[in-house]
Amino acid sequence: MTIITTPKLAPAKEVEKDASMVKQKEMMAAHYDRLTGAPETGEKVASTFVPGNLNELIMCFDLVNNLPEVNAIQNGLRKQSGAYVLEAEKIGHSEDVCTYVKSDIGMMAKGNIAPNGKKFPNPDVLLLSYTGCFTFMKWFELLREQYKCETIMLHTPYMGDGKITKNMIEYMVKQLKDDVIPTLERISGVKFDIDRLREYLKKSVVAEDDLVRVLQSAKKKPSPIDAYFGGIYYIGPIFGAFRGTDDAIEYYRFLLEEVEDRLGQGKGPVTPDGDMGKEKYRLVVEGPPNYTNFRQFWKMFYDEGAVVVASSYTKVGGVYDLGFRHDPDKPLETLAEYCLGVYTNRSLPMRIDMLANYVKEYEADGLLINSIKSCNSFSAGQLLIMREVEKRTGKPGAFIESDLVDPRYFSAANIKNRLESYFQMIEQKRAGARSAA
Amino acid sequence: MATSLNGHACAEIVARAQALFDDLSFGAARQWKAASPERKVIGYMPIYVPREIIHAAGFLPLGILGGGDQLEVIHGDAYYQSYICRIPRSTIELGVSGRLDFVDGMLFPSICDVIRNLSGMWKMMFPKVYVRYFDVPQNYRDDIGGNYYVNELAELRHDLEQLGGRPVSDEQLCDSIAVYNENRRLVRDLYALRIQAPWQAPATEVYLVLRAGLVLPVEEHSAMIRDYLAGAAKQERPRRDNCRVVLTGVFCEQPPLNLIKSLELAGCYVVDDDLLLITRWLTADVSTEGDPLRNLALAFLHQSESTAAKYEPNLKEKGQHLVRAVRRSAAEGVIFACPSFCDPALLERPMLQHVLKDADVPYIAFKYAENSGQMQPIREQAGTFSDSIKLWSGR
Repeated sequence: MTIITTPKLAPAKEVEKDASMVKQKEMMAAHYDRLTGAPETGEKVASTFVPGNLNELIMCFDLVNNLPEVNAIQNGLRKQSGAYVLEAEKIGHSEDVCTYVKSDIGMMAKGNIAPNGKKFPNPDVLLLSYTGCFTFMKWFELLREQYKCETIMLHTPYMGDGKITKNMIEYMVKQLKDDVIPTLERISGVKFDIDRLREYLKKSVVAEDDLVRVLQSAKKKPSPIDAYFGGIYYIGPIFGAFRGTDDAIEYYRFLLEEVEDRLGQGKGPVTPDGDMGKEKYRLVVEGPPNYTNFRQFWKMFYDEGAVVVASSYTKVGGVYDLGFRHDPDKPLETLAEYCLGVYTNRSLPMRIDMLANYVKEYEADGLLINSIKSCNSFSAGQLLIMREVEKRTGKPGAFIESDLVDPRYFSAANIKNRLESYFQMIEQKRAGARSAA
Repeated sequence: MATSLNGHACAEIVARAQALFDDLSFGAARQWKAASPERKVIGYMPIYVPREIIHAAGFLPLGILGGGDQLEVIHGDAYYQSYICRIPRSTIELGVSGRLDFVDGMLFPSICDVIRNLSGMWKMMFPKVYVRYFDVPQNYRDDIGGNYYVNELAELRHDLEQLGGRPVSDEQLCDSIAVYNENRRLVRDLYALRIQAPWQAPATEVYLVLRAGLVLPVEEHSAMIRDYLAGAAKQERPRRDNCRVVLTGVFCEQPPLNLIKSLELAGCYVVDDDLLLITRWLTADVSTEGDPLRNLALAFLHQSESTAAKYEPNLKEKGQHLVRAVRRSAAEGVIFACPSFCDPALLERPMLQHVLKDADVPYIAFKYAENSGQMQPIREQAGTFSDSIKLWSGR
């Protein structure tokens, strides 16, 4: 009998935290305290999704933003999601469907405890921003069944033809004006003030500008950031409950300063084990990460000198690096355009263009796809994406599989083997190019 | 004598429908197209597209529902991970193997992320084919979702005009609506006959007759249903002591024909289902007066089937369509048959089960793939379900 054991990770070295890290930690803690304290403070809670997250609008009604995807991620990182997924399956949810949903449903069944150890409040409204993911619709129908609360559908049409049409914008603006906003007014008891929305949107732009500078710093060699594993931390505030706030502006200012400092010193990214060693491989990554073994997964990259210079996952809550910024002069239209443009709402050919351009612009060695069992929105079609990007760039692609928050689908040995083979392939490709020259 | 003639007519119709079902090269549609150089064929996937617009353009709408259990998928598997359902991989197989080389356009309706992404894959893989992701509104207000949908329909009409090189008039659209109204009425009659006497219209036959409508011109299909109805109503067939069930979850990837047969053999009369929903998506006649696109839009908003791919804005209404189907068809239970890895069917299932539980309707559930071969477990499960209803439900 062969017994396969997973080696335990050595305890992380004590890494001095940058100001941005401290700031983000404080922001998250304060947010969860505000959220779990809502029953006492009387604040009302709106649950919504990261893609199509209308944080500026939600703030106009003094609502606290709760993001079930982020809660599932937190549960994954804290090794709690496995039990929650099993709990959901036990009460009748299929083993085949999204584990974010099951983690959320399982968490509810087991007391709905937030990362700060306090109970999540029941939402007052489910703002179903139906953007780029079919599962979102069913997820909130499932939550509505539990919470029996009001649910607002905001339907974002899919960019199947690779363009945003006038009809799409008008449809979304009409939904916002005649359905979403009046319902939020009624639930919150706060009258909508479009100038207040404009002010939040102005703040969003400042943070968006700085985020793009941070992400594009990875064009330099060595890259001062990891745009996937590190990138997940960088997008936290702007994809979550902080877009449009002073906190987000401050966070991204700190972050940009730190990244520019690293650039000046010729340093690579910060990892959980401190500064990364020599940059050997530059990758573009498509697809979400695994969260149940996040550090172990990341370590497989930085131990080999592999840095991710661009990723699609860091665009699920907004594609800012291709030019989009919230426009305070067209407050509702800009929200519509934002929702329409998020990565998972883009057609497959658009995604291929984007990834192939990343490989070229960031001078990457190739495209790595982490295909997620849970997420058909990302995963269906990824094998074609890989082949097409390989064809267009002449760089090798690779394919690994895992899951978001279900630990049963993280096979460390398989992933490590594939990554090592991939790095060897890149080396061979380089050697071939050298000998041809 | 009359009985045997009618029985003969029915058998012939079913044999013809079976031959169409078995033909993975779509010979009938190819033949239709070959009759005139102006003819074009527009493929579509589940669940719903407005076939009236395709018909009005003078084209043949062709339903593509994957490859079933007779297609060996060789290339299609290279495009998908093991955890993606089977219909997209067998559809790709149909495409790359040349079986759809006569199809001029493909519509991919809004049903799930897999079919959605397949629309982009099709664009990449078959660049000469007209491809459209066909979005439908999830907002059902006339002035919001309705206006959006009218414009989407107008875009589709415009695209088909470009493809055909000729305009599609309102009059042509109204005529096509009338033709499809008639077809839907006949389908409703067929379902009513099965509710009334399921032994006269077995589920496999109803399925095959309906499925023929996805490859035949609608006029020919209406004639086929009419003939089948006439034959089936008069034919004498033995009435079995089966329980009556509603089959649900089968709206996209199709179950193997053997699965439907197995349910009947296991003692279940299928008296309602969500198979081939496009044939009865619109539940009442669409008006043929006034603006045809507006009429199609209003019918979609207010007179269309409920299914997992549609948002239900009213919590109290969630799943009630299934309870109504049970009551309407005097069913004694529900069978949830869902394709493996089907997000819409599997995410919806717990909510529907809760509704059935509240309504005191028994149910069972299992999964399948279009190429599932082993029916014994399903037959045993369905047989036990049927027995339990007969023996213990007191109905």
